[in-house]
Amino acid sequence: MLTLTSEIRTPYHPIRAGAKLALLCAATVGLFMLGSLGAMVAANAAVAALYLVPGRPFARDGLRLLKPVWIFVALVLAWHVLTHDTRAGLVIALRLTAAVALANLVTMTTRFDDMVEVVLWLLSPLRRLGIRTAPIGFAIVLVVRFIPVLLAKARSLIEAWRARSPRRAGWQVALPIALVAIDDAEHVAEALRARGGFDTE
Amino acid sequence: MERQITLIALFAALIAVLGLVPQFTLASGVPITAQGMGIMLCGTVLGARRGALAVLLFLALVALGLPLLAGGRGGLGVFVGPTVGFLVGFPIAAFVAGWIVERMRNTPILTAAFIGAVIGGIPVMYVFGIIGMSVTLDKTFAESALLVTPFIPGDLIKAGLAAALTASLLKARPASVLSRG
Repeated sequence: MLTLTSEIRTPYHPIRAGAKLALLCAATVGLFMLGSLGAMVAANAAVAALYLVPGRPFARDGLRLLKPVWIFVALVLAWHVLTHDTRAGLVIALRLTAAVALANLVTMTTRFDDMVEVVLWLLSPLRRLGIRTAPIGFAIVLVVRFIPVLLAKARSLIEAWRARSPRRAGWQVALPIALVAIDDAEHVAEALRARGGFDTE
Repeated sequence: MERQITLIALFAALIAVLGLVPQFTLASGVPITAQGMGIMLCGTVLGARRGALAVLLFLALVALGLPLLAGGRGGLGVFVGPTVGFLVGFPIAAFVAGWIVERMRNTPILTAAFIGAVIGGIPVMYVFGIIGMSVTLDKTFAESALLVTPFIPGDLIKAGLAAALTASLLKARPASVLSRG
């Protein structure tokens, strides 16, 4: 399964996931508390430096991940130029880019499995309340496994459609996709029960 | 227990797949994916609680770093970006849609699912989405609302499709439609 974790090794990869997440939280709160243009420029420079440390290809990947934000940056800047408040627009746009880029940096340098472990660790206090957290970890694994399977089945359904119709597959394929998903879910549940289910843990 | 967890997991996967597969652009240039329909379906098919859990599971995977949001977005960045409000609204929209379908037990499923999908997927979802935008972009509620209105017609269509799908699923696999189980 494709994840957003970068293939390029960086000095940030060995840092523990929990520590990176804690730092990210603190930095994001800080960004939203600071309001001056100078602070925002400095924050962006710092984030850019963090991206440039592992090299330019890594920084380029980071820029690509930021793409969905550009349209909002453009909208905000245009709005504030029109209302003659360019300075405030710059602060908002810079804050947004720094916050999103920083969060993406953590995603790019942390393995998916390590993230899952942090989540399970964060959920562990629930166990003392009598809530079982094992099924949550299991559900995460199930989804990760099921997405490519379902995607492959959806693609083959769409191909079958194309083979028979001159038009593109439309929303009508959603029903067979959902049916395939539900049937697989029932099979998996049956297999799980046959193996003792969650009671064996 | 096993059955509920697998159905929840499978619907989480379904949201992801619907965000990736049929993608088209409206005449107004607004991209439309079936992802929103996946959220509505979670509620109308699985019911309030399980539907919301399926959406939360999907969001957890996005946060953990899988590019599952429509357009291949994902990671922690989207949770501080301008669309964060919609992400917060996702599970609540599914919950409301499911709650309505469960409540309207005596109404034909097509009507109940459509009402649930519309109320959950439009007013509920957009209130959160607009609040999120007004916070991250530092705009008033009205200004942010202006930004997202072009998406509403598409969502009405999705609610109609979600209702039709729920009704077909109830016919084809009655035992799996937990909101009417």
